Amino acid sequence: MKKMSFVTPYWQVVGAVLWKDLRAELRGRELVTSMLLFATISVLIFSFALELDAQAQSETVGGVLWVTVAYAGTLGLGRSLAAEKDKGSLDALLIAPVTRSAIFFGKMLGNFIFTLMVAFVMTFLLTILFNINLFLPILWIVLLLGCLGFASTGTMVASMSVYARARETLLPIMLLPILLPVIISSTRASIAIITDLKVEDWLPWLQLLVFVDGVFIVMAYLLYGYIVEE
Amino acid sequence: MIKIQKLVKAFGYFPVLRGLDLEIGAGQFVALLGPNGSGKTTLLRILAGLSKPTSGTITIGGWSIPDEIAAVRQQLGIVSHQTLLYDTLTAEENLLFFARLYNIPTDERMDRIHALLNNVGLGARAKDVVQTFSRGMQQRLAIARALLSDPAILLLDEPYTGLDQDAAALLDELLHEVAGVGTSQRTAIMTTHDLRRAYELTTHVAILQRGKIGYFGETAVIHDLPALYAETVEAKTIT
Repeated sequence: MKKMSFVTPYWQVVGAVLWKDLRAELRGRELVTSMLLFATISVLIFSFALELDAQAQSETVGGVLWVTVAYAGTLGLGRSLAAEKDKGSLDALLIAPVTRSAIFFGKMLGNFIFTLMVAFVMTFLLTILFNINLFLPILWIVLLLGCLGFASTGTMVASMSVYARARETLLPIMLLPILLPVIISSTRASIAIITDLKVEDWLPWLQLLVFVDGVFIVMAYLLYGYIVEE
Repeated sequence: MIKIQKLVKAFGYFPVLRGLDLEIGAGQFVALLGPNGSGKTTLLRILAGLSKPTSGTITIGGWSIPDEIAAVRQQLGIVSHQTLLYDTLTAEENLLFFARLYNIPTDERMDRIHALLNNVGLGARAKDVVQTFSRGMQQRLAIARALLSDPAILLLDEPYTGLDQDAAALLDELLHEVAGVGTSQRTAIMTTHDLRRAYELTTHVAILQRGKIGYFGETAVIHDLPALYAETVEAKTIT
């Protein structure tokens, strides 16, 4: 009797949480709209502030892209988790007979999709403003991996900071130092690809990014239950 | 049904529950009373598995908390002063989401959702977004959500907070008719500061004082609940 499973199948929970977040965002358009507005304004400021020659521009645009995505993504993460906490719905999730890491993966996938959307739009915008072609297939792999690292780390840290009173301030202070390996490897790989360096110049950064993503995802899988526990 | 022994919960060095003992039988509807800070909500959060006890033992339906919390969660429904709902989803979408979390079979989901929405008087508003609902309607939907998995135990954490008189009266009816609390099929614990409602609705009263049960007994044998409450709370405060 005590051996039977009382827990809802893992991927059903992941799918349900992801469906809920996408559905809510499609209707409310709160997260992506604010992230996009913030990112667009940031990119515009960068494009007017940095008066660079063509070579310097191609060496800078990768950094501009990732700084913008990281800050806009942090804004979205804070709102995503705070909404769950403020309305008590996080408790409703935690009371349900589900594995807690499945809640994490559902939330993480939602945040990944939102961050990737912002990164895609910013790539398009930067291509126009800096007159550099950023629509390079290998750069898309960096974007995917970078956004995945951001979403996994960000969802975990935002879940921690959501219980604090000064969470809006605390989230970037906690998150950005932890995100450094993701941001540095994404930026270095992006710059190497955009400036058309050899494979051996960007491949180590890409490998580092894959490694860091793996470490953060495994850590979040193992620790999420403790993070959301009182 | 629910057996709590020597339960202690401390936040840092501050104990909120100090060796609490309580036994609640199947089908009882217990009003959990006590002044602010006496540990009512903390106790409910521990029973729901949202907070771990510092020490002591709790069993619900034979399963122990926190070791067998997964089995306990299947038996629990919760209604809080917060609705625990998603404002930008419709009533139907909210229930569908929780039906997935509770692994309600796919072919039963929509039938059960619509039956519950009709029972709480929201059948006609199934496709409406929750943020367009009044506070009373949201609380009725919260009851439907709590009943979705047909739980054996309902935990009600100040469910009347923010409701006007009509909405509160409707909630009284719902708790009896739809939720079936205090009947053989469902046990319930309700925290409240409303002594009149506690007296009228519940089968048993538990009064918390300084992290312990100061009084526990059948509601029917209590002649003057406000006096009993004052006596229990004040007597223990002086010591």
